[in-house]
Amino acid sequence: MTYFEDLRVGMRAEVGSHTFTADEIKAFAREFDPQPFHLDEAAAARSHFGALCASGWHTAAECLRHIVLARQRQQAELRQRGEPVARTGPSPGLRDLKWPRPVYVGDTIAFALEIVELRTVASRPDVGLRIARLTGTNQRGELVYSVLSSTFIERRIRNRAGVQA
Amino acid sequence: MRAFEDFKVGDVMEFAPFAITAADIKSFAARFDPQPMHLDEAAAQNTIVDGPLASGLHIVCVHMRLFADGVLRDSTSMGSPGVEEIRYLAPVRSGDHLTLRVEIAGVRPSKSRPEMGLVNFRSHMVNGDGKPVLEMTATLMFGRRAATGGSGVAI
Repeated sequence: MTYFEDLRVGMRAEVGSHTFTADEIKAFAREFDPQPFHLDEAAAARSHFGALCASGWHTAAECLRHIVLARQRQQAELRQRGEPVARTGPSPGLRDLKWPRPVYVGDTIAFALEIVELRTVASRPDVGLRIARLTGTNQRGELVYSVLSSTFIERRIRNRAGVQA
Repeated sequence: MRAFEDFKVGDVMEFAPFAITAADIKSFAARFDPQPMHLDEAAAQNTIVDGPLASGLHIVCVHMRLFADGVLRDSTSMGSPGVEEIRYLAPVRSGDHLTLRVEIAGVRPSKSRPEMGLVNFRSHMVNGDGKPVLEMTATLMFGRRAATGGSGVAI
């Protein structure tokens, strides 16, 4: 169930959740997004955010981690059953990324992936393009992160026949 | 301190090259994108010298750091509502020198929040050979000078 041909628009997976601590929010910000409202409680309290909040890229990175780990769990199960595992390629990019609300200290964000479009690639008969909406939702049910992510997924037809479909 | 009024459409900002290391690439990947191609030289089908391929999101985070150091730290930045598009154009490996160039593509005062304005940025990142590796179009919010009394801090 992991080759491009096995995928259907509307398929959805809950991939896990993460609770953001003050320490990790500040550590991520020091490394990649050193703005006062991500680094310091007092400065954040004076900002329009009102309290320390995570870099949007920190939320994106946690979402990515949960998707990669969920895929690896799925691949391990397939291998255990002796089934072939489709290769996934690099991502050509992201679009329509939104951070509608901040992620504050102690918020628990649940991440999900839903397939919105499947496209064959004229120049690459061995793979198809899966476009998925990734989301992060906080413990109050509010959307905090949303993005359309593209990923190349191996096609079964070429894999089985050894020739392009 | 740079406020909304200081961003002019067509202005271009250039940043000093950033050299990415194998340790940087593996450290990011181990935490956020633990795929073999980012962690392991053999899996990345490269020599040890070339090192693994950087996670795309890692390059986005490097972009963020360069932009924060060069622009946002000394500005009235109020964060970002989102990013229109990110395109990963070529792989990034350890030893690559990444040079960022950012153009201001649009500016508009917020209608609902008079204390801030929105600035659209178009980013291009190239490697040491001048080959594009990343393009991004993003919107950021900045406090307006008139609304903040020149202090640059929203009160």
